[in-house]
Amino acid sequence: MPKDSGIGASSKRREDVRFLTGAGNYTDDINIHGQAYVHFLRSDVAHGRIVSLDTSAAAAMPGVVRIFTGADFEGVGGLPCGWQVTDRHGQPMAEPGHPVLAQGKVRHVGDPIAAVVAESPEQARDAAEAIEAEIEELPAVIDMKAALAEGAAKVHDDLPSNLCYDWGFVEENKGAVDAAFAEAAHVTTLELVNNRLVANPMEPRVAIGDYARATGESTLYTTSQNPHVIRLLMGAFVLGIPEHKLRVVAPDVGGGFGSKIFHYAEEAFCTFAAKALARPVKWTSSRSEAFMSDAHGRDHVSKIELALDADNNFTALRTETYANMGAYLSTFAPSVPTWLHGTLMAGNYKTPLIYVNVKAVFTNTVPVDAYRGAGRPEATYQLERVIDKAARELGVDPIALRRQNFVTEFPYQTPVAVVYDTGDYNATMDKLEEIADIAGFAARRAESEARGKLRGLGVNCYIEACGIAPSNLVGQLGARAGLYDAATVRVNATGSISVMVGAHSHGQGHETAFPQVVAEMLGIDESMIEIVHGDSSKIPFGMGTYGSRSLAVCGSAMVRATEKIINKAKKIAAHLMEASEADIELKDGQFSVAGTDKSVAWGDVTLAAYVPHNYPLEDIEPGLEETAFYDPSNFTYPAGAYACEVEVDPETGKVTVERFSAADDFGNIVNPMIVSGQVHGGLGQGIGQALLENCAYDPETGQLLSASYMDYAMPRADDVPFYAVDHSCATPCTHNPLGVKGCGEAGAIGSPPSVVNAVIDALQSGGKAVTHIDMPMSPSRVWSAMQG
Amino acid sequence: MPEINMVVNGRSMRAEAEPRALLSDFLREDLSLTGTHVGCDTGQCGACVVHVDGVAVKSCNMLAVEAAGCEVSTIEGQAGPDGTLNALQQAFQDHHGLQCGFCTPGMVMSAAALLKENPTPSEAEVRAHLEGNLCRCTGYHNIVKAILAASGQDVSGIAAE
Ligand code: FES
Ligand code: FES
Repeated sequence: MPKDSGIGASSKRREDVRFLTGAGNYTDDINIHGQAYVHFLRSDVAHGRIVSLDTSAAAAMPGVVRIFTGADFEGVGGLPCGWQVTDRHGQPMAEPGHPVLAQGKVRHVGDPIAAVVAESPEQARDAAEAIEAEIEELPAVIDMKAALAEGAAKVHDDLPSNLCYDWGFVEENKGAVDAAFAEAAHVTTLELVNNRLVANPMEPRVAIGDYARATGESTLYTTSQNPHVIRLLMGAFVLGIPEHKLRVVAPDVGGGFGSKIFHYAEEAFCTFAAKALARPVKWTSSRSEAFMSDAHGRDHVSKIELALDADNNFTALRTETYANMGAYLSTFAPSVPTWLHGTLMAGNYKTPLIYVNVKAVFTNTVPVDAYRGAGRPEATYQLERVIDKAARELGVDPIALRRQNFVTEFPYQTPVAVVYDTGDYNATMDKLEEIADIAGFAARRAESEARGKLRGLGVNCYIEACGIAPSNLVGQLGARAGLYDAATVRVNATGSISVMVGAHSHGQGHETAFPQVVAEMLGIDESMIEIVHGDSSKIPFGMGTYGSRSLAVCGSAMVRATEKIINKAKKIAAHLMEASEADIELKDGQFSVAGTDKSVAWGDVTLAAYVPHNYPLEDIEPGLEETAFYDPSNFTYPAGAYACEVEVDPETGKVTVERFSAADDFGNIVNPMIVSGQVHGGLGQGIGQALLENCAYDPETGQLLSASYMDYAMPRADDVPFYAVDHSCATPCTHNPLGVKGCGEAGAIGSPPSVVNAVIDALQSGGKAVTHIDMPMSPSRVWSAMQG
Repeated sequence: MPEINMVVNGRSMRAEAEPRALLSDFLREDLSLTGTHVGCDTGQCGACVVHVDGVAVKSCNMLAVEAAGCEVSTIEGQAGPDGTLNALQQAFQDHHGLQCGFCTPGMVMSAAALLKENPTPSEAEVRAHLEGNLCRCTGYHNIVKAILAASGQDVSGIAAE
């Protein structure tokens, strides 16, 4: 019998009501009296030297308030990078400056050169067109390997080359890995591209800076997944505003998928300009602008090799990846191809020896950073593709080959630093075989073939490290911040509760799911509990939402704070009932004395806390409000098995996803409806990556070729099927109080390899000797592969 | 600047607007009806769909002056006067057809137009109709399911939750 409230219930989302009636409050819906509007003049060349910038004609245009250029930001800090990677030789990564507005050079199409503040958005745009910018175009470096070649043009003149770092992991194991390859019975090699993507949350970014002369406080309203992180980065590193004079508000945010984690130039600009002009300054990105200013995702070029012994056991794995950083280091960019990628290369398998090499490269393209999954999709894609290829080369069943090599004993120490706490990969594979009806595939293939179509089945597993993360561990790995989270549970006199959480909800349904946890713990109705998030002045602190961490980390903080509330409330209840605190039990919102019929209601206790007439004032303070910070002791490790079935039209190369099934182990589940929705969304993005999406640059000029929805193919409703998802195979996380693992990224991590595996299976069933097609598998790519 | 009159969600409204003002901007900026969203600048995402004289249009693709004198309905006018969600809105909530909510106003307005024309569409017809509405959060599963449910069709066979 499914529950109808508390942990495990599919409670309907309360936030839906405002979104369904047009009452949401997104950043662009906010207008502050007296606000001016900024338009950024952006570089239309990929690489160039700013010879001169004449703003005089533009400044005289109607409505122009002021024009800012790089010169106005001399002496102001650049945008900081939050993660430092140490290379194979123990040297820190190359870390170039990242000015708010270009200084001296432009380094990618879209790099902001000047900012026009005017009375209306149209006036700002018109005036920007009147700025005379003389830019001497320089040769652009776009292709990563070309960027590393001798004599290549340099993106940053003050760096020795375009290499950000050359990272080896685990460097000490390299010799042993090479030796294992020398002894292998079979080696499978695959070169592949993880295509560059644009996150494309449907809400473009917006920033509004406001400055209160009365208090000297700056406020930034922004489309962010982590307002406190922005406050810290922008306040401390860019503008030098102390935290108590800086408020960052991220109200309703229309999706993020990683792209709204980072601190962007436009945020710093609006905050800076609002103070300089003593009036609010608003920026609303257009979609075209978003394509050239939001951090991009993926863009890895890899070679992976898998060594097997004569019994088909995996004996070693070796990978070499070129990872595009773009023109500057975005906030968390260096961590994505390293610690979020190398540490997951073991996947679900007990491969004893692994060596990962990553060369991060600067190019004249938009900065690249985390996008849903961040590093883990790239690891999963390489691994699950090479395993599939190995199975085909060896003539063994790809599922059986995977099962044979699964990690089955936990905790499991991988050779790439992390320790998996729990999991049951055979259970999720069993579940997948059931929900995907793998036994029925042969009949479905025959039916497709009868219609002249090729049908393929692709399977893959995935594991990810979520709940990011233990601060002491990430500190050793180069993070310049801690990754705990915080929650304050404020119980009001009448018993209603406000929970201020550091996680930020931009689609994840925290306003519904988080109260389910507190309601379960206290035995009161969910509707008495409200979640407050997204405003640095209202919540204690928070590292925000990304890496599937909200419930595992912030939810744990909320549990700890609620436990403190229960402890204090029991003391009050004991006093009210003249009983011993040890005898007090809390059930269904009633405090009772064990073994008696004495009880007091939740509301009596909360009222006593605020009207402490009959109250143990000598022992405890009045009031009922507690805060907890929670720093996890390990990552969490969601894992699962996915299956995709495609039909390929041999005439056109068009691929249709006919079925997609996902069996996930997310540990315990608070709201199954929301969890399924998270998986669906990830699958849509993963299928989009596999078949449709590609962020393309002209390799010579560095022009962004996919700069609007006309050229960047977003998945639409008729590109995807209904999905079969299951998360009943739960091995609860052993180290957080809820036993939860996180579910936000799984779909995007786990789905691309099975789509590609399915297409290869389909083509091979049609007698084609195709072993690999790079994503996106457009009709033309598939058709060409079939001809070759 | 010309003054533009229109009946929006049953109420007469007027405001001045530049001749080049888009209907989407007019609704959002001049009438403060911020439920209509703008997700692109190429007429592709559908976040801005409203009904003009009963026909679904992308309000970013229409000038405000073109809608002068028309009856416009937006997401703000869909629920009952007491705030009760209409059947389609309710189906979106019941079937978790939205996450961040940004595409939602356009999805609801677009789906309403479909159901008016085709009261019991097939899954394929729903998906084809949503060709002009992008959602990045839901993978479309629960949006399609919600629309089928709102049309009175049995969706219990479609994967749970
Ligand atoms: S805003 Fe109208 S279609 Fe995108
Ligand atoms: S719910 Fe976020 S874009 Fe559709």
